[in-house]
Amino acid sequence: MSKNTVSDRFRKVDVDEYDENKFVDEDDVGENQGGPDEAEVDGLLRQGNLNGALHAVLKNPPLNTKNHNAKERAELLVVRVLSSFKSSDIEKAVGSLDKADVDLLMKYIYRGFEKPSDNSSAVLLQWHEKALAVGGVGSIIRVLTTRKTV
Amino acid sequence: MSLCSFGVEPLSCHAWNKDRTQIALSPNNNIVNIFEKKGKEWVKIHELTEHTERITGIDWAPESNRIVTCASDRNAYVWSLKDEVWKPTLVLVRINRAATCVKWSPLENKFALGSGARLISVCYFEEENDWWLSKHIKKPLRSTILSLDWHPNNILLAAGSADFSCRVFSAYIKDIEDKPGPTAWGTKMPFGELMLEHKDSDGCGWVHSVSFSASGDQLAWVAHSSISVADAAKGKEVTHLTTDYLPLLSVLFVGPTEIVAAGHDCCPFQYTYKGPGALEFVKKLDMPKQSSKTTTSAMQHFRNLDKKATEEDSTKLDTLHQNSITQLCIVSGDKAKVEKYSSVGLDGAMVIWEFKH
Repeated sequence: MSKNTVSDRFRKVDVDEYDENKFVDEDDVGENQGGPDEAEVDGLLRQGNLNGALHAVLKNPPLNTKNHNAKERAELLVVRVLSSFKSSDIEKAVGSLDKADVDLLMKYIYRGFEKPSDNSSAVLLQWHEKALAVGGVGSIIRVLTTRKTV
Repeated sequence: MSLCSFGVEPLSCHAWNKDRTQIALSPNNNIVNIFEKKGKEWVKIHELTEHTERITGIDWAPESNRIVTCASDRNAYVWSLKDEVWKPTLVLVRINRAATCVKWSPLENKFALGSGARLISVCYFEEENDWWLSKHIKKPLRSTILSLDWHPNNILLAAGSADFSCRVFSAYIKDIEDKPGPTAWGTKMPFGELMLEHKDSDGCGWVHSVSFSASGDQLAWVAHSSISVADAAKGKEVTHLTTDYLPLLSVLFVGPTEIVAAGHDCCPFQYTYKGPGALEFVKKLDMPKQSSKTTTSAMQHFRNLDKKATEEDSTKLDTLHQNSITQLCIVSGDKAKVEKYSSVGLDGAMVIWEFKH
């Protein structure tokens, strides 16, 4: 009496998938969306060209791909580059970016916050403060509302 | 600028009568209050209580003196003043979700109603049966309509929606009006025809508010993190400006090139549009008075430090509005040259601003 013997597999059905009014994002697959070039960034880091590495890592963001691996790799690479900066250099580095890059940097920073590791949060917070000074609250709003997450 | 507080409840929406002596507002509930200005005070003269859920939109037609209200109870009523009493007439909007916004057309023979049912209901009065009918615009709306604005030609309607797009439709009803002439937006305009659709590909969020310019050739809209203008005179080209501020919730054309927008930053901003690619921020329109630091006694100073860990005792914002501004409305002048405009916000205050051209 106490155990329901009829199958309850229907409870695991994702009803939203069958909703005909479901909003589907248009997928414009862009080229060059595979994520920043690891080799190039590695080279620049080893040479000590931190600003160059920052610009390189902010190229080709994996915005349109559903490939989670590409996004993970891009994120790890970005956090590596950001961690290798000295605190005093962060402000100048952010100053050298243009508006679109500041928005992109904010997206990576917030994604980095999602999976903290070791010292990453402290470093990301410093970058966040400097990026906020340049991008304003608007850049954070764009992180929250963007349909193309990095 | 003058501020008037209507209580502590947020003001969802407001509308002025023709000579701006009366204002209809709703304090975030199902009642519309009509206040009349007697001297310096606003005195409540009428209460409209037909809706059962929160009122989401009010519009007052200046010439015909009719008020249309819409609420989350999926209804809209048109109110007419008879013998000093406002009498409601139900409008058959046929929506199955809440109504979100409502606007009379420039000639006041029809009004448009946006709803969460992903459709716009254009309603007009049918004489023979003595009731209000509606026609629906459904395609290609994919989500809730957040705001509406009419073109001066009484036919075209702009709609901002939560599916990140701003669109211009034709709302031509052949039963009540003549065929429209061609405009910069297009020549063929059957009912429901889509004249412009702009989806922001960078994910700038919902389109909170739309506004046609006085000539109708430009359309401005605000989204979560940007303000944009589409120019029909220049091939429907869209100019886009990302903002560094909190989201803007309401936008208004106040001159041929001047735009005022306001939102969660509690302060109106002025933008200027001179042509495609030339949309710029001008300035904040709220000049905060430099509050003189009132001399606090030493005891007060240390008490604050002890209790609140701050030295100042002020929790008030610098701006006139203490909370987000939800709606802007023209008070005097017309879209070609607005002299005064009003704003209501979540702080229950209504402020009348003067615009200097």
